[in-house]
Amino acid sequence: MKQTIDNKQKYTGAEIFVKCLEAEGIDLVFGYPGGAVLHIYDELHKQNDVSHILVRHEQGAVHAAEGYAKSSDKPGVVLVTSGPGATNAITGIADAYMDSVPIVVFTGQVRTALIGNDAFQEVDTVGITRPCVKHNFMITDVSKMAETIKKAFYVATTGRPGPVVVDIPKDITEDKYEFNYPSKVSMRSYNPYTDISDESLELAAKNILSCKKPVIYAGGGVINSNASKELTEFAKYLNFPVTNTLMGLGCFPGNDPQFIQMLGMHGSYEANMAMHDCDLLIAVGARFDDRITGRLDKFSPDAKIIHIDVDPSSISKNIKAHIPIIGDVKAAINGLTKKIVEKKLKPNNIDEWWNNINEWRKKDSFRYKQGSEIIKPQYVIDRLYEITKGDAFITSDVGQHQMWAAQLYKFKKPKRWINSGGLGTMGFGLPSAMGTQFANPNSLVCCVTGEASIQMCIQELSTCLQYGLPIKIINLNNRYMGMVRQWQEFFYEKRYAMSYMDALPNFVKLAESFGHIGYKVEKPSDVDAAILEAIKQKDRLVFIDFITDQEENVFPMIATGAAHNKMILS
Amino acid sequence: MRHIISVLLENESGALSRVAGLFSARSFNIESLSVAPSEDESASRMTIVTSGNDDVIEQIVKQLDKLVDVIEVSEITSDEHIEREIAFVKIKDKSISKEMMDKFSKNEFLKIHTTNSDEIIIECVDSPEKINNFLDSVKKIAVKIVRSGSVGINSN
Repeated sequence: MKQTIDNKQKYTGAEIFVKCLEAEGIDLVFGYPGGAVLHIYDELHKQNDVSHILVRHEQGAVHAAEGYAKSSDKPGVVLVTSGPGATNAITGIADAYMDSVPIVVFTGQVRTALIGNDAFQEVDTVGITRPCVKHNFMITDVSKMAETIKKAFYVATTGRPGPVVVDIPKDITEDKYEFNYPSKVSMRSYNPYTDISDESLELAAKNILSCKKPVIYAGGGVINSNASKELTEFAKYLNFPVTNTLMGLGCFPGNDPQFIQMLGMHGSYEANMAMHDCDLLIAVGARFDDRITGRLDKFSPDAKIIHIDVDPSSISKNIKAHIPIIGDVKAAINGLTKKIVEKKLKPNNIDEWWNNINEWRKKDSFRYKQGSEIIKPQYVIDRLYEITKGDAFITSDVGQHQMWAAQLYKFKKPKRWINSGGLGTMGFGLPSAMGTQFANPNSLVCCVTGEASIQMCIQELSTCLQYGLPIKIINLNNRYMGMVRQWQEFFYEKRYAMSYMDALPNFVKLAESFGHIGYKVEKPSDVDAAILEAIKQKDRLVFIDFITDQEENVFPMIATGAAHNKMILS
Repeated sequence: MRHIISVLLENESGALSRVAGLFSARSFNIESLSVAPSEDESASRMTIVTSGNDDVIEQIVKQLDKLVDVIEVSEITSDEHIEREIAFVKIKDKSISKEMMDKFSKNEFLKIHTTNSDEIIIECVDSPEKINNFLDSVKKIAVKIVRSGSVGINSN
């Protein structure tokens, strides 16, 4: 029920907190109560505008908020208590920082009079989170509550998005003040968008029109900037090949003939060869991280590099950009479109370059052979893709299954691929699927995981039951921490130290004990039926335990520190 | 190469640790750091002396600029500038020759403070290079040296 707000009336900090969320348009908060946030929970309990989702571990709350933010246009919101509530949230916060996910995490804090006294459940949350947040605040006066919360959402969602932590001591939630939510804030020290230099656009356009061997290397920044449509139209007009980073998948249709697949350590042969041989590299919202570049001095040795990014510190951090374009990706692509497409200027004929790429494509570097006995993990992803027509939301954990999902599920739309790229957080898959399902209640959400990763946040199966989330868990169970085992096979003479998953639970019974449906699938011929049956269960979570080939490896692979043209293919 | 970076930042609690943390987290060198109020009472000015090649300095400036509390960053060594440090040297009376004392009292950058013990304190305000020279000359007789970080300002 909305009430009219009297500006002079005084409210407690906890009331103001809830009113701020409402005013910000937040209808969902993921969290876990505790002593320091009890006043806030009491206020949440009294109203119906902001729903609270009770997770089973604070890490799950943050990953859920990330999934929510990544699969929608809204920021994710988390509420946890002080001390262990905050420290449990750290992994998720660091994850959101690495992958530029807009979330706001509210942490309770001990009373201001107790701060610094080693009080019960006290931790220096602002200090601990400082290196892994875009920004953080502590509210030390109730009169600053509304403005600080507005700033937190503003900072989290603008420029290069990221997590913002707001630490709230308990007494501040008792103190009273008027409620006035600012409609907008400005901060003299924070100017998230720069005007794009026309000169750099001009120079970029000139190079785009004169190159012979171009590649568009597009990352998560395209998705964050909601620029997939613009990028796709621009690339289609130019007929340039497009590769995506792990975070960028879906920003250009994965089934388009111009798509040369993902690049990097487990990228396609054609993408990495094209990166190596190109004469013009157009990096769009990507940050040249080490899993992409491999050996820096052998990276795209003959290419001119155009780098479009909203974060100036991403430019020339690892790889020197010849033509930096600092600014919002969408605005930059629109700028280039004006200079090329609207003037009907045509780039060079690059048929010869496409011939090269098509030759590389023939290697079919993501290929695998499905026999009749043992299920190949890639086959499960392939079937999932075919059955869902590439239209599902796919979250993943971290490891081999993540790479196979990235390679083989051809995402046609942005915001459908939800995974932990930068931090590589095992345990991300299930809670982020919850957030994704909350943001997209009528869509199919599948969590592609492995038997090792899924156990890291398995407790969230209970949350899924409480809120009736019909997630489909695709567990590629090879009884190994697959990626660890793969590295041990390649680089440690098959000494499989601690990578065998002994004493695994019976996942079917485990799912059932949480009130869900579980299937175990051991034969390739049963894969389709299991996926189809799971999808039919529209209102139930289904956990499908696929027993897969134990020693399958992810190929191609560029070993750490090797050049792009030095790929291990099989 | 040695660089001086001048940073104007919001006078918020924790702002200093954001800057110091950034340097350690990204393995940037930090030779000295000084921070004090600026002309704007809601902002502090920090002077950081660091070293690195041009790429590293570019990253330092960009990363500092990215901190939400930072209002303005400038690298001041690339242009004309004035740089000063302060050093205090405590010396036993008996270790100083009359000659030396005369020299010190004639130097306009030095100030001599007496104490109520058998020591004197020499205060030196000068460029880091001159301070180095001065400290070299008194190294053998110094009981205690207290030295500040640099502050600097563009002079064109």
